[in-house]
This record gives sequence, C-alpha cells and structure tokens, in this order.
Amino acid sequence: MNYLYFLYMDFLAKYNVPKILGNITFYIIPFCIIAAVLLVVVLILVLAERKLLGYFTQRKGPNRVGYWGVLQTLADAFKLLIKENITPGKADRFLYNLAPILVFVPVVTVLGIIPYSGEFTFVNTSTNIILYVVLAAFPVLSIFLAGWSSNNKYSLLGAARSISQVLSYELPITFVVLSIVVLASSMNLSGITLAQYSSKGLAGWFIFPCIAGFCIMFISILAELNRCPFDLPEAESELICGYNTEYSGMRFALFYLSEYSMLFANSLFLSIIFLGGYLSPFGGYLSHIIFGDSQLASFLVYFEQTFWLFLKSGIIIFVIIWIRATLPRLASYDLIKFSWVVLLPASIINLLWVIVYKYLTGGAA
Amino acid sequence: MTAVKTFKLNLGPQHPSTHGVLRLILELDGEKILSCEPDVGYLHRGMEKMAEQMKYVQYLPTVDRIDYLAGCFYSELFCRTIEKAMGVEIPDKVKYIRVLLLELNRIASHLLWIGAFLMDLGATSPFFYAFREREMILRYFEKLTGQRMMYNYFVFGGVRTDINYLEDIENIIDILPQKIKDYEKIITDNPIFLTRTEGKGIIEQTLAKNYSITGVNLRASGVSYDQRLYDRLYNNIEFVPIVLDGKDSWSRYKARILEINESIKIIQQALEKVKQLGDLRQVLINPIRLKLPEGEYYSEIEAPRGLASCYILSDGSDKPYRLKWRTPSYYSVNLLREILRGAYLNDAIAIAGSLDIILPEVDK
Repeated sequence: MNYLYFLYMDFLAKYNVPKILGNITFYIIPFCIIAAVLLVVVLILVLAERKLLGYFTQRKGPNRVGYWGVLQTLADAFKLLIKENITPGKADRFLYNLAPILVFVPVVTVLGIIPYSGEFTFVNTSTNIILYVVLAAFPVLSIFLAGWSSNNKYSLLGAARSISQVLSYELPITFVVLSIVVLASSMNLSGITLAQYSSKGLAGWFIFPCIAGFCIMFISILAELNRCPFDLPEAESELICGYNTEYSGMRFALFYLSEYSMLFANSLFLSIIFLGGYLSPFGGYLSHIIFGDSQLASFLVYFEQTFWLFLKSGIIIFVIIWIRATLPRLASYDLIKFSWVVLLPASIINLLWVIVYKYLTGGAA
Repeated sequence: MTAVKTFKLNLGPQHPSTHGVLRLILELDGEKILSCEPDVGYLHRGMEKMAEQMKYVQYLPTVDRIDYLAGCFYSELFCRTIEKAMGVEIPDKVKYIRVLLLELNRIASHLLWIGAFLMDLGATSPFFYAFREREMILRYFEKLTGQRMMYNYFVFGGVRTDINYLEDIENIIDILPQKIKDYEKIITDNPIFLTRTEGKGIIEQTLAKNYSITGVNLRASGVSYDQRLYDRLYNNIEFVPIVLDGKDSWSRYKARILEINESIKIIQQALEKVKQLGDLRQVLINPIRLKLPEGEYYSEIEAPRGLASCYILSDGSDKPYRLKWRTPSYYSVNLLREILRGAYLNDAIAIAGSLDIILPEVDK
C-alpha cells in the first residue's frame, strides 16, 4: 500500500499537482474502485441467488438472457435504470430522495476497511473493527428515512420493524465482536486475521474456541441484513415490499444494490473474524507449495489470499441463500423475544467463556 | 386536539397475499389489530342472476368458474340438482368416475392451498413443490377433458366421454404419498412453522357453528361433520373423515395433509370399481329440451373448502326462476372479523391464509 502511495505521489509530482491534493485524492480513488467492483459483485450475487433458488425449487432460474442466464441481472439493472422515478404526491421530497443515496455510502465505506489480502487494505486504521460494527448498522437509518418519507403505511410499518430489529440484534453482535477482540488482542481486522494464523492451517481459527459466538453472529447478521427468516421489514405477504414499497427505478435499484452489498460485506466480515480471513486452510499457501520460494510465488500469494477470503464468504452466502429457500418467516414479536431472551444472554456467556479460555491458554497479559 | 393512537390500514383489494381481491379494513394499534372489517364483492360476476337469463345447458359451462380451483365440485353440484329434479338415478360407473375426478380435484385444491399458505408464512420452496405435484393432476385433467381448470366434463345424467388414461391416475397415486411425506419433513415439525401456527387463529366450536363454518376448518375444530358420509355418490366407498381438535392454524394444515391421504385411498377404491365395471352406459337428459318441473330443488356437496350447495326455484320453464349458491369461503371470510381481533398483523395473514379463502368463490 505504501509503495502504491509513493508511486501515486511521484506521478502527481510530475505534473506539478500540490501534495495536499494528492493526499486527499489518494483515499478517494479506492472507494471509486470499490463502487465499480461492487456493481460486478452484486450482479454476480443476484444471479447466484436466483440460480440457486431456482435449483432448490426444481426450476432452472434465469436461463434466457445470455448463456446460462449470465446477462439476466445486467438486463434487469438496465431496465431499472431507464424506468421512471415516481415520487408519491405527499412524500417528503428531500428525505425521500436522500434515503437511497444515504443507504449506499456506509456500504462502500465498510468494504474499504476489509483486508482482502496481506498487503491489500484500502483504509487501515488501528480500531477498524469498531468502525465496521458502527457502519454496518448505519443503513437502517436510511431505511427509516425511506419508510418515513414515503408517506405510506406499509413503508412506515416496515421501517418500524427494521428499527426494532436492528436495535435488538446489534447488542449480541457487539458482544461477540468483543469476544473476538479479547481472543485476538487486537481491534484491527488485519491483526485479527494474523492472530488466527497457525502452522496447522485452520486449527487457529477463532470459530473453534468461539463456536457459540459464530452461531450468534450468523443469526444476528441474518437479522441485520433482513434476510430470511428475519425478512420482516420487507415481508412480501404482509407489507408488500416494506420500506421500499414506493420506490421505483434507480432509487429502488440503489436499495437493492446496498442490500446485496451488505450481504457481501457481512459475509466477508464473518469469514475474517471467525474463519481466518485470507489465511489458507492448509497452513502453507498453495503458491508456495507449487512454485517454491520464487518471486512468482510471493506475488501469487496475494491473489491466493483474496481467493481464500472470497471462497469462505461465498460458502457463507450459499448457506444464507439455502436458509432462504427452506425456512418460513418468524413473527415480529418472536423475533424481538428471541434476541433478548436467547441471543443476548448467550452472547454474554460466550464473552465470559472466551475470557476464561484466553486466561487458561496463557494469552492474558 | 386528541392524540392519534390507532390507524386504519386498507389491506387490499390489491395485495400480494389476499388470494384474489379481498379488502380488509384493519384498525391497528402498532401492529396489533383492534378490529377487522372484510369488504367483499370485487370479483362479483353475477353468477346467480346470470342463471336466470340462460338455459340450464348454457349455464353449465360457467359453473366451473365459481371456484376455479375446484371446478368439478360445482359442475357436479349443478348436475346433481338437475338430476334430482328430473328424478334420474345415474349408473354406478358414472358415479365412480365422478368420485374419482372429484377427489383428484380436491387433492389439487389442497396442494395449492399448502403452497399458498406457506407462501403467506414466507417460505417459498413448498409453493413450487406443491405446484409440481398439482401439475401432474392438471396434466391428467387436460388429457381427459381438454382443460386444466374449467373442465365442463360432467353433464346432466352422466359424463361427457368415457374415462381414459387410467394408468396416469395410478402413477399419480403412486407418487403422491411419498411427496406428501417430503412436505411433512420440511414443514410439519419446522420450529418456525410451529411458532407461527400453533395456537394461532383459534376457532372455538360454538364460534364455528355460529358462523356456519364447514369443511376442513370445522373438522379441525373438533366437529365431526363431513357431507361425504351422507352422500350417495360415496355409498360403497370406505373412508374416515379427518377430525382434529387443535382448533388452530396448525390443525387446519395437518387436517388438509391427512385429507389428501384419505382422498388417495378413495381414488384407489374408485379406480378399482371403474375398472371392474364395463362399458359406460348413461341415462343422459336431453339438455336442449330440458325443462325442470315447477318446484324447489336443493342439493349439497362437500367441496374442498366446505359445504357447497345449490338451490333452484323453477317455474316450469327452461330457465331457473331463481338460482342460489352456497359457497363455503364466504362464511370463512366473515369469520375473519372475529378471529383477527387481537392478533398481530403478520399473524393476520397467516390466519386468513389458513382458512383457505378463494375470492371468486366468495363473490360469485
């Protein structure tokens, strides 16, 4: 990363651009790259979800546009792009237009702090796990804005559900994240990844001392993403589409985009804090095994690390889609009760256990 | 100025889960329902008034459309009323053919209900699985009658053509029990499904009787009343009416699953009988010259959604003076007024779904 920084500053110095401008723009560029890459990732995710749901229910899924339906999501995105943006007559116009833009900002920011490989983090701060937890809960604010400003009763109900849901599931998440911080003795996502390194590969992953924490986190993430069986804010059979009932065209697409981006970001986060992030599950990297200690191997390792991270998050996304194909939706009061009665006590017990574990294994300072 | 504490929500008439066009005017306190006022009639097609302008035979093809998921039952009901009025006793083979098709139709209707109910609860897969099995039955109907849903197969005094493709039915009743077991695996003991249905939408026996609820909804409340027991069509066929006493949505679900299994048994018996009896001999009534003698005629049948009946008042001409249908869903819709009070919004959809309401049948 530092190398890239100097390369960039040298490049600007050649054209006599002030240094201060270079310092500012250097941190904006990665987010533009993320936004562009994100579009591709979401296109793939949407196609994957539709294909998988198709196979789960013995259909073929999209299979007309392009070979094997690969262009289907592209066509859908294009359709949303050229559709009319309808604003309800009595909506609060400013907030109504603001909400879809606001929902997208934290998503892009969150992806900037993920360590994709050993040397590749866009923005690396020392306590970025806290930043992640805060930013991941942020979209609910725009969901509420959307529901409130639409001036639609279904949207309002969806927004209210969303708020209560995120409020109750944010606490277990925080406690599990705390237990990870205790285990890793670090609040930095790269640090947490490295703390899981062991020569035996996956033996060092935090999922083993903290399996309960993983389950709690997985369930809470489903709730925070409004995924089945916690998809109450957009429960189709009751609230039609929940908070985004009134949105159409590109504004709707932004909500859709952020939903899938958050799915992607959360699965990355889950694989970083529990499944060893970009570490290989075999201890050594395949590139080193195949190419020895050559220059090529140390270059390929970075790509291999990203591959492992994406593979792990891919498996998590697959399970999430699988759950969607299987389970019915919870009732709203059961959902809140489940969080406060089961998940919160369980996460506190998990934290205590992790502290004891850390003490016993001699990690306590 | 007083503080606003409740608000009114118009659920429908255009809503993804009202199974047609039903409008429920709900008064909500948060998500809790204080009162519910069903508003029906958006699908009214004037089925009863229309009959007064048409000859009996002209009216016959339209009666399937009263309930598009169980068309056989209404055409059987209409034919039966005419046959009763003319004093015609249909031969055995026709009887068993009718039983066969009615029960196949009942299975198709229940299968669709299972899919739609689970869709209301937010599970998408069972919908497709149920439709896959329903498709086999519809394919058979299409082969036999040329139509997938509006069969127009029963005529006054018989059936339109002799039954055929019996091996298809055998195939269906071979496959179905295994598939029903699969549904039970994915649905019946699912903890989320249990929390959504157990103890929800309780219909007490007195309430059910006061609101004239019939069919599965009544039997799931512990009242043993199945019109098929008194039906001459089912005379030589052995079956047990499914009676559960859970009174809740779960019992209504389970009762329908068990009823499918019971229907399969009925089909097996009817199939044997149809095979034993030789050629089709019918006592067809000439539909062109058909004039009902002056008087009142009434008959009833156990449709998938409950007791359906047909009443004809004839003045001796070739058209009915007055024709009246009793459609069971209409009574279930009224029940929503009572059982939705105090429920939460997301339970409301599940409870309404569990009653198996079909709107064309409500509005006629």
